[in-house]
Amino acid sequence: MHIPDGYLSPATCGVFGAVMIPIWTVASKAVKKTLSVKQVPYLAIGAAFSFVIMMFNVPIPGGSTGHAVGGVLVAVLIGPWAACIAVTVALVIQALLFGDGGITAIGANCFNMAFVLPFVGYYVYRLIRSDSPAGSNRRVIAAGAGAYVGICVAALCTGVEFGLQPLLYHTANGQALYCPYSLNVAVPAMLVSHLLVFGWVEVIVTALVVKYLEKQGSVFFEGGRF
Amino acid sequence: MLTRKLWIGIGALIVLSPLGVILPDHFKAESAWGEWGLDEIQKMTGYVPQGFQRLSELWKAPLPDYAFQGWVGKDLFHLSFAYIISAFVGIAIIAGVALLLGKVLAKEHE
Repeated sequence: MHIPDGYLSPATCGVFGAVMIPIWTVASKAVKKTLSVKQVPYLAIGAAFSFVIMMFNVPIPGGSTGHAVGGVLVAVLIGPWAACIAVTVALVIQALLFGDGGITAIGANCFNMAFVLPFVGYYVYRLIRSDSPAGSNRRVIAAGAGAYVGICVAALCTGVEFGLQPLLYHTANGQALYCPYSLNVAVPAMLVSHLLVFGWVEVIVTALVVKYLEKQGSVFFEGGRF
Repeated sequence: MLTRKLWIGIGALIVLSPLGVILPDHFKAESAWGEWGLDEIQKMTGYVPQGFQRLSELWKAPLPDYAFQGWVGKDLFHLSFAYIISAFVGIAIIAGVALLLGKVLAKEHE
């Protein structure tokens, strides 16, 4: 789901950069309000987890590869705003150090994986979790469902961003200037692979860790608050 | 302490990370959709999108694709080694940045 340099036009990159700036600002303020010094290590662990879980490329035999993001898990544990910051840190380092995701596409990639994914996932989790008690299986299921919906909606956004490019930017003879695949190809490619395979990887990772932490008697499943 | 257990878990994931190159190779899977290089795009579409060419060579990452520069096409053993180093280096930097950010943001209360 990491859009490389070259697939999005400079204007598209600018739009997503401009969209992310207020989101990052609000995220910093929200985290400032709720983050206590004791909880800072969990922000770092969340960022580190998201980074390393994205390295586990899962193959579709003979097809493409994909991976979990871990962003919904982080959102469930430390809140969606803190998750936004944690995943952003991971994505920026991935782009700069490893060329995974373009530097011009940092805004778009953060929009998909550090904003849409944790927030959609978190609110699905909250909806299903309802007021079920800490340690209940319902919370594990809610986290898994949030993970699935979160990563699939993020994949849909990525597909739309790819797919709009050839419609908006092409030469007079119809050659694309950036991503060559239109909505009718990009959206199904991104969405179906996540609905069928990579979404389930995110579910398994999320549910397993939440289940483990519940067994540890962790107290930090307290909604958006730390 | 819980943070200690979680860091051990992250450490285990670093050691296991080569699965992320070994499994795709074993199952003959290609790169992720939409993450092809210039050559692959040209092969698939028959041309190189003009804007793509300009932007795609903008940034030279120091550890491209979680490997060392010039390691394209190396065997799985080498790639696995580079992958573990990359995971470790990446996590060291990310944890450092996140701790710093967290310290700055959390400074005002408690």
